[in-house]
Amino acid sequence: MMADRIFRGLFVLYLLAFVAYLFAPLLIMGVAAFNESRFPTVIPWQGTTLDWFSAMWADAAMWKALWTSAIVAVLVVVVALPVGTAAALVLTTLHSRARSVAYAVMVSPLLTPGVVIGISTLILWRQVGIGGGIALIVVAQTTFIICYVMLMVMARLQRFDRTQEEAALGLGASRVMVFRRVLLPFLRPALLASGGLAILQSVENYNTTLFVRGFETPLTVFIATKVRTGLTPAVNALALVIIAATVIGAIAWEIARRRQLTAQPRP
Amino acid sequence: MRDLYARFGGGLATIFLSLVLIWLAAMVLAPNLMMIDYALRPNLPPAQIGTEADAWSLDNFLYLANEGVHRAIFFKTIWASALVAAVTLVVCYPIAFWMAQRATPGQLSIALMLVIIPFFINEVLRTLAWFILLAYRGPLNAALQGIGLIDAPIRWQGDGGVLAGMVYAYILFMLLPIYNAIESLDRSQLEAARDLGSPTWRTHWRVVIPHAKAGIATGCVFTFMLAAGSYVAPALLGSPGSRWFTEIIYNWFFEGGDWNRGAAYALTLLVLCLAVVLVTLRIARVNLTDVAK
Repeated sequence: MMADRIFRGLFVLYLLAFVAYLFAPLLIMGVAAFNESRFPTVIPWQGTTLDWFSAMWADAAMWKALWTSAIVAVLVVVVALPVGTAAALVLTTLHSRARSVAYAVMVSPLLTPGVVIGISTLILWRQVGIGGGIALIVVAQTTFIICYVMLMVMARLQRFDRTQEEAALGLGASRVMVFRRVLLPFLRPALLASGGLAILQSVENYNTTLFVRGFETPLTVFIATKVRTGLTPAVNALALVIIAATVIGAIAWEIARRRQLTAQPRP
Repeated sequence: MRDLYARFGGGLATIFLSLVLIWLAAMVLAPNLMMIDYALRPNLPPAQIGTEADAWSLDNFLYLANEGVHRAIFFKTIWASALVAAVTLVVCYPIAFWMAQRATPGQLSIALMLVIIPFFINEVLRTLAWFILLAYRGPLNAALQGIGLIDAPIRWQGDGGVLAGMVYAYILFMLLPIYNAIESLDRSQLEAARDLGSPTWRTHWRVVIPHAKAGIATGCVFTFMLAAGSYVAPALLGSPGSRWFTEIIYNWFFEGGDWNRGAAYALTLLVLCLAVVLVTLRIARVNLTDVAK
């Protein structure tokens, strides 16, 4: 029993170390945004300041990068949601053999390294004279973000009761109407969730975007370039704002999801 | 196909089908085919494109095979990615087991939240956090010096930094599949093993790990692939001595100006990744359908 207790104690230590490993880097990065030091660090502490936040706020290049990322994210959602949903619907109506082949092809972008997706997109579109830029970033990102939408919609579709469609048809609804009034409302939570995921994936993407960006500088590229060319705590300030926004967004999304779950008990 | 039309009617079914076909043809298949074509052709000035010199050959691949530095970086990227996967597995397994079998529901929901929050944060920012932590005059060196473990600061940037940053970046991809797999293990099996006198390590080796094999394989495959294809961690946390294969590819495109050779290199990386994924899944007898969950 003694051995048991030691083992348990060691495990608790390991858990604590794991949590520290998860959060210490983020904490230090956040705290460094308030240090007057020109290089972002927490040791030595040269005085507390909010100047780096105003420096970040005044940086026109940052705003431009943010704007680029926002446009890309919106376009990605506009393309990925319909195509991903269509893919899920097509896949669920296929039969066993065709289905597993189609499935392998459709999830293949998830198994392709991000840099390769960027490169192959860049090469293809050069043939028709389109170089890197916002359009190509959207094309390259949607290539794999569609897969995420598809998987999330498929997961929801598995719980769908087809007799609802048949009932609506029997009551004289057209097939388009059944789709709009029965299936789409049922898929709504999955569509909202995958929309959120698509925005997150798009804004955070770096590996794919790097190759197709042309002369555009989305937010991730902006930050990575800053790290290499002249890192100041202004970047930490930006990081902290982004982290706060993502965490708040994630919590709000989780609350909304739980509310949805309680409002619609499973059939 | 017929089912699709029967279910949604001609108009909708045609729209769905064409959206999917456009995606697969123009965004998945065509770019990869074009990349293969590029990789097989020499890099020529515009005037010579379409002439006899513009023929298919394996020259770009042979160049990689014969160029000592690039070849070494290629193999290093492979084994370093495997190492990242192995270390991530070792770090995550005890946590996953605890979450799946030992934690109370309250502890579990806190644990899930704690592991998921960092992963809502962008990979570039997470890497930046490590960049700051590992800086030469940064907090980690200061702390280690403070408690007297080291006398002089250590230059973490390089292989060690890349490893730490990558393990950090891919924890969730390892933790969740393993957690899901262990969660379905009936607790009575663990109790039976213990009652029959099996020591803890043997229960894990003979009961838990075989049961969680699919989850472990999935986690390893994803971590390996993400690590091999990563650009940001080696670029920010590495040193000139720890270059990653993706950085060599990038240089062909944007500094060397030889897209054909870059395409050949990218294709090599892709084939390698797919091979590792498929072989690992085959060995662990996991279906592709179960992976993407």
